[in-house]
Amino acid sequence: MNKIFIIIQREYLARVKKRSFLLTTFLIPVLFIGMYVGIILITKKSFEDSHATVYVYDRTETTAKQLEDNKTLTFIRNPEKDLADQLADLTGKKSKTHVLIIPQDFYSAKATELLSGSKPNMALKTALQNNLSDIILKNEYKKLEIDPSLLEGIESKVKLSTKEIAQDGDTKDSYTEVVMGLGVTLSILIYICLMLYGSQVMRGVIEEKTSRIVEIIVSSVKPFQLMMGKIIGVGLVGLTQFALWGVLSLILITAASGIMMQSVDIDPQMIQGSNGMEPAQLSALSEVSGIDLQPILSTIDFPLIFGSFILFFLGGYLLYSALFAAVASAVDSETEVSQFTLPVTMPLLITYLLSFSVLINDPDGAISTWLSMIPFTSPIAMMVRIPFGVDLWQIGLSILLLFSTFILITWLAAKVYKTGILMYGKKASLKEMLKWIKY
Amino acid sequence: MLHIQNITKNYARHRALNNVSLRIKKGQLHGLLGPNGAGKTTLIRIINQIIAPDSGTILFEGEPLRPDHSNKIGYLPEERGLYKKMKIGDQLIYLGQLKGLSKRESKLRIREWLERLEMGDWIDKKIADLSKGMQQKVQFVATVFHEPELIILDEPFSGFDPVNAKTIQNEILKLHQKGSTIIYSTHRMESVEELCTHLSLINKSEIILDGSINEIKDAYKTQTYTLRYTEPEANLTSQLKEMCEIVENTFTPEETYIKILIKESYSLNDILKYLVDNNATLHEVKELSPTMQDIFIDQVTKTA
Repeated sequence: MNKIFIIIQREYLARVKKRSFLLTTFLIPVLFIGMYVGIILITKKSFEDSHATVYVYDRTETTAKQLEDNKTLTFIRNPEKDLADQLADLTGKKSKTHVLIIPQDFYSAKATELLSGSKPNMALKTALQNNLSDIILKNEYKKLEIDPSLLEGIESKVKLSTKEIAQDGDTKDSYTEVVMGLGVTLSILIYICLMLYGSQVMRGVIEEKTSRIVEIIVSSVKPFQLMMGKIIGVGLVGLTQFALWGVLSLILITAASGIMMQSVDIDPQMIQGSNGMEPAQLSALSEVSGIDLQPILSTIDFPLIFGSFILFFLGGYLLYSALFAAVASAVDSETEVSQFTLPVTMPLLITYLLSFSVLINDPDGAISTWLSMIPFTSPIAMMVRIPFGVDLWQIGLSILLLFSTFILITWLAAKVYKTGILMYGKKASLKEMLKWIKY
Repeated sequence: MLHIQNITKNYARHRALNNVSLRIKKGQLHGLLGPNGAGKTTLIRIINQIIAPDSGTILFEGEPLRPDHSNKIGYLPEERGLYKKMKIGDQLIYLGQLKGLSKRESKLRIREWLERLEMGDWIDKKIADLSKGMQQKVQFVATVFHEPELIILDEPFSGFDPVNAKTIQNEILKLHQKGSTIIYSTHRMESVEELCTHLSLINKSEIILDGSINEIKDAYKTQTYTLRYTEPEANLTSQLKEMCEIVENTFTPEETYIKILIKESYSLNDILKYLVDNNATLHEVKELSPTMQDIFIDQVTKTA
């Protein structure tokens, strides 16, 4: 067996077997999805809890029957108890029961009183106000002899649907907000992943150097094999984690949307009709969030995004972890490394910050285009741009540049690494590290 | 076994090795001596192919050194350590695999070695849980358990307590008896005399002395002896002055003790013959040969 495979195997297994790997792998999706489900369930619960009963004492005789019940509000129109008894019941109790008094001069004064044992919540107040305003409005229409049903037919809300023209002349719907959100999410994801796995390579190199095992290992394999073995091993850990996250998320989303479908009372006919899990899940999500997700999601090229994410993660990871390995080889302890990592990760950090402004606001502008071509910034910049739609040749060129730079940088980094790992007891300056390239 | 030819290695500001040549024969226990910074570690790293020389070649069993030769070499560096969080067994298996052993073969040999060093129960412990002496033993096992033809030990006894040092010394001698070629690098001279058959002295990037211990000692003979005898008549000792210089003397009624430096053109035999012929009774004759330490300091200061 080639020795580099033995190294890859150790680096991979040592990390995958760790408890922290299992924790991050399982906890992160559980945490995210749990949060999402939690928020929805809590919101739902609070709706149920806020159900209020309102006893109506109507002095006008005609208003009460015009009040409309809904899910959170029930009107008792002809209370058995008289007002005084009802109020006595209310006093000092924090119940969801309220008393509404509609005075005789309601239609002229346009005022009512709501009496509660505690402070009524905002939702109830708004619902009552809307309800009563409608009644006043209808009353006014009647006086002016306007048929309210005519007015209901008039729709004044304007819908602005945005479409972009594709090269083949077709138009397709575009959802800028969704795409921006996706771009930012991808930027955060790739930035975190690059830093996470890059720093694992760095810590691994420092561990080998400070524990002094490195000289024993490089007497059996070439320093380059050790460095690449470590980089590849950690990279595979990253890919494994992505795969597990993907599988876990799918399971959790299926389970979660199952729970939500039950509680959201979707017509079972609809689910059967849609045939298959995915549309059912989507409609469950749509129902909850109140947005129709299906047409939005169908405009996003997920295979392209996933494919590019993997490629740009790999390219960026290989490039930066080679730099990290070189830097780590030059220091003598983990505490010394921070002053070197900042200059190394600066391009990444700047692009990350820019992705929240320039990149998402002007994804096809000159700055964005350049940043998505320069290898040190392209993993983030290109991932932000891809959801907006980027020509394939640009993506291809960017990947090509990224991987060729990775080869060049690895070649240089290996030279620094080779010398650095055997320099004990002193921290090298940047100048010295550059000199090592010539050894 | 190992033929080092005209190796030169330069670093940024200084020359670590200057045209160094050395021949180490199969089965030798070869001491590599020199003060700190003389170039020992650089030479050893070049033999291990960790760094490349600027010029010169190394032949391993007659062939130019190749990467796969590293499987036949065991190296215990001066700066050494192990993965702290890895179990001893896993760690040794890993290092064995890197030396071309199969996993199964590694396991067998590791068990055998650890039991021999009374560490059999520790195989599933992590390095961080071991004492420093035990860690050193594990490192020693890691160096030799793939049964290398050439073993290179750089200051193997540093960090050992006397008891463990003795254990390791015995293991080194056993390996030597079994036919392994061993290079033992150190700056501690006294241990070299005890262990080595051959030695090279390296100072200021050059080899200044090379040969078998006996040859070197012969070359540095000082012709100094101590003698104890009983002389029948008083004047006998003073008559020796013709053949040797008397550095020290003690006379008691029973015995005479002298330390002499024999003059050129005379030998110890001449002195002894003279004493015996004159009816002196000899009790003890001892050659005062220089220790390696003396030779080392003498040579190093000479080249300074």
